[in-house]
Amino acid sequence: MEPLRAGVPAPEFELNSTPDQRVKLSDFRGRRAILAFYPADWSPVCGDQLALYNELQEEFANHNAMCIGVSVDGAWCHAAFREQRGYRLALLSDFEPKGEVARAYGVYRDKDGVSERALFVVDEEGVIRWSYVSPIGINPGADGILKALEQIDGRTS
Amino acid sequence: MSLAKPVDQTDHVLGPDDAPVTLVEYGDFQCPHCRAAHFYLKNVLATMGDDVRFVFRHVPLTQIHPMAQAAAEAAEAAGAQGRFWPMHDAIYENQDLLGPQLLARLGVRLGLDMQRFSDDMQSHRYLPKVREDFMSAVRSGAAGTPSYFINGEPYEGSYDDEALIEALRFAAQAHAPHATRPQQGTRPRAH
Repeated sequence: MEPLRAGVPAPEFELNSTPDQRVKLSDFRGRRAILAFYPADWSPVCGDQLALYNELQEEFANHNAMCIGVSVDGAWCHAAFREQRGYRLALLSDFEPKGEVARAYGVYRDKDGVSERALFVVDEEGVIRWSYVSPIGINPGADGILKALEQIDGRTS
Repeated sequence: MSLAKPVDQTDHVLGPDDAPVTLVEYGDFQCPHCRAAHFYLKNVLATMGDDVRFVFRHVPLTQIHPMAQAAAEAAEAAGAQGRFWPMHDAIYENQDLLGPQLLARLGVRLGLDMQRFSDDMQSHRYLPKVREDFMSAVRSGAAGTPSYFINGEPYEGSYDDEALIEALRFAAQAHAPHATRPQQGTRPRAH
C-alpha cells in the first residue's frame, strides 16, 4: 500500500470526533488541515507526539492550519484518552468500517489492524501538499509539518 | 535532524566551554521522565567531569503539564539573579509538590530578591525566552521530553546514566584529534 503523495486531492471522509459529533474533511475547506494518523490511543509514543501537536495548535493556526489526530480507536476511547491527557486536539475515530480512511490514504497496516504513523498536510482547496510516513515506533516531531506549511505560505503569499 | 540553534550566551551552561562533548537537554519541569533523567544526569555529569558541557533548554508541554510553563519561567527568573541551576535542581527534587507556592518557597530558600522574582513571574518577563527554547526544540526535530542532543546530533538512546555515559564517551573519543576511532556501527542505541 502506497501512501498518497503531494499533489493528489485528499480523499473526503466523515468520522466521529466525539460520540455524538461528526467531522468532514470538507468542513476544513478554506483552511489547512494537518492529518496525523497514529496507531493507537494510550501507546507511549503517540502520547508524546500528540502532546507536541497539542502544544503547537497556536503555531499551526498562524499558518491557517489545524491538526487532527486519526486512529482506529472508538469515539469513547478517544474521549477517555483526551480527558486523561488533557488534550484539546480533535481525535477522529476511523472505527467503522475499521480503518477505511487510513486505507483511502494508503496508510493502513493490514497485518496489525492499525494505521501507520503518517502525516498529511492538506491545503485550503483540499489538495495534499506534503505527506510523511514515520517508522511506527518513532515520533516524527513537528518540524516537517512546519516546513510544509511555510512552503505553502511562500507560494500563496 | 540536528540541533537548529547553536549553544550561545543566552543558554544555561554547566562545564567548560572547550569540553569535547556538549550535551543539550530539552526538558519539562513537570514531566516525570525528565525528573528521572535529572537524577541520572547528576551521575552522568559527575562521571564525565570536564569532558562534558551540559546545556538545559525548556520545552514545557503546557497543556498536559499545567505548571511546566510557570516552573520554566521561575528557573529563568532565578537565573536572572544567578541562581538558575539551584532552582532547576530544586524544582526537579520537589516535582511532586510543584505549584505556585512551591516556586515562591524555593525562591525564598535560594535567597532570591523576592520582590524582583515575583515581578518577573507576574509580568511573564521570561515567557519569550521559554517560547524561543520551545520552538528551537521543535525545529531541531525534538519530539518528546526529555530530548537530548550530543554535539548537535539527536541522541535516541535511553536516558539512564549508563547509556548516556557510553554515548558521551563515544562522542568524546570521536572528537579527540588523534583518537583511534571505534569501529563503525558501535554508536549505542538502547531501543
